[in-house]
Amino acid sequence: MTDRGLAAERISFAYGPHEAVLDDVSARVPHGGLVGILGPNGSGKTTLLRLLGGLLRPSGGRVVLDGIDLHKIPRATVALRIAMVPQETQLAFDYTVLEMATMGRYPHLGAFEVEGPEDLAIARAALAATGTEHLASRPFNTLSGGEKQRVVIAGALAQSPDILLLDEPTASLDLAYQLEIRSILQKLNRERSLTIVVSTHDLNFAAGLCRELILLHQGRVLAAGSAASMLEPALIRRLYGVEVDITANAKTGQLTVIPVARAPEAPGA
Amino acid sequence: MSIGRRILVTWVLFGMAALIVCLLAPLVGSTSISLRRVFDSSIPFEDNADAQIFFVARLPRVLAGALVGSSLAASGVVLQALLRNPLATPFTLGVSAGAALGAMLALTLNLSSGIAGFSAVPIASFAGSLGAVAIVYGLARARHRGLSTNVLLLAGVTLNSFFSALILFVQFMSDFTQTFRTVRWLMGDLDVSSYAPLMAAAPPIALSFAAFAVLPRRMNLLSVSDESAASRGVDVHRTQRLSFLSASLATGAAVSLGGPIGFIGIVVPHLIRLMVGADHRLVLPASAFGGAAFVVACDTISRTALAPLEIPVGVVTAIIGGPFFLWLLIRNR
Repeated sequence: MTDRGLAAERISFAYGPHEAVLDDVSARVPHGGLVGILGPNGSGKTTLLRLLGGLLRPSGGRVVLDGIDLHKIPRATVALRIAMVPQETQLAFDYTVLEMATMGRYPHLGAFEVEGPEDLAIARAALAATGTEHLASRPFNTLSGGEKQRVVIAGALAQSPDILLLDEPTASLDLAYQLEIRSILQKLNRERSLTIVVSTHDLNFAAGLCRELILLHQGRVLAAGSAASMLEPALIRRLYGVEVDITANAKTGQLTVIPVARAPEAPGA
Repeated sequence: MSIGRRILVTWVLFGMAALIVCLLAPLVGSTSISLRRVFDSSIPFEDNADAQIFFVARLPRVLAGALVGSSLAASGVVLQALLRNPLATPFTLGVSAGAALGAMLALTLNLSSGIAGFSAVPIASFAGSLGAVAIVYGLARARHRGLSTNVLLLAGVTLNSFFSALILFVQFMSDFTQTFRTVRWLMGDLDVSSYAPLMAAAPPIALSFAAFAVLPRRMNLLSVSDESAASRGVDVHRTQRLSFLSASLATGAAVSLGGPIGFIGIVVPHLIRLMVGADHRLVLPASAFGGAAFVVACDTISRTALAPLEIPVGVVTAIIGGPFFLWLLIRNR
């Protein structure tokens, strides 16, 4: 059972011939893990997430799911295991919230099969798990940013995956919604042992949510390990080029990162 | 209501509506005829003037309108889902103009004799629409985030004027006695008086509709984003190719039959979405039936409004569709 979970084995990736986005990246996401990919803008977080989800094919190395090369598994089968939540969802058409959640059932249905009562029950349960069941008949486009993000997460849950990959899930959300998304993800991880990987540049969001962190800097892994061991002023300085104070919050015990100043030397040095 | 039931109800209701329009439209005209006499089997066909007018003079034209309308409306739905833009249609993207250029070339070069038993006009027309679609698809793929409305409309305007210039040139070079006919056809005209053109256009339309049948669920996912479709197990590139190919085929066949009739692909799907929502399993069949009913109704207006003068049906759809399109632009900002 040691190799259960998702792992990147020395993967490289480039969108064009010139720009290598990821270079020799290895990362492990254990089964039931709650892992954050942390790094500044342009460090390759989204690309790594897409590679882990099998949406992109690495130019070198491989991604393995439970010990099997992800690209040897048919896409439809991968979709039964891994669900993805993109950074932002904007619709050109007026799908309802329930329709958005129900679309998650796609990989479970045959070519001309329509969703049965069971699929609808799963979709509704997914909406309930993200606190959006009362919005079911609303048009998705009329929701606030936080509601939209929760509905998209519900759609991913309706896929009944055991691994959930989220790209900057709180990037465009205000504080209250950030806390809400965090508690939803924590609950899913705890109660369903859903494996969760989230990319973020928000140190405090990562500190409050993740058990393990992968620090990504200019397409390479700077360091990886338990959240507590990664949230070190020296590492953060190298990652972001910023001097920080890290303290444990008196009430919750959660590590809190306070940026103090730009570091004098170049980042990554 | 479960989704299965809603699909069934949509098919039945919109199918009946299209059928009724197609049965009533041939009754209207310079000579009024009665549906009861048309289907009265006690009178032999040779003596039944009503049946002759119905089946020989008017029905081919109505069926042509139905084929053209459903093809253009369904192609509009497919292109809209694929480009994630409700303003994409065969007409606004210049796909109809590309098809018209192809058909014009085939007609002018007298290729009407055909290739391997198929009429050359629909094939040339398909080649033209495929060329135009390939350009739009290339544009959409070059800009990763899909086409914004601005880029889409500008690309359409550019393609339309490009193809129009070539069409005018072909027309200029060709026999001037044909000019009146081709001008009418270019305005969108359903002057079909036999079943032969229908037979030429029906196979490609049937083929594209067979492809449309497998698309709706994938179109739902693709219209959200390529990424979300892929992460749910949709083969995005294959689906895109199938959609573009089938939409080109249907548009090409429709244009070869009735000329580049405009605004069907935008007016019909929009009204349909107001009625059935956004799910493509409902929007696509309802638009196909709705498009048939809409074009047949517009053509009936074009035959009778200024009788005995016939207005090209494309003028009628433009008078309805032009303001509608502007209204959509204003509403969508």
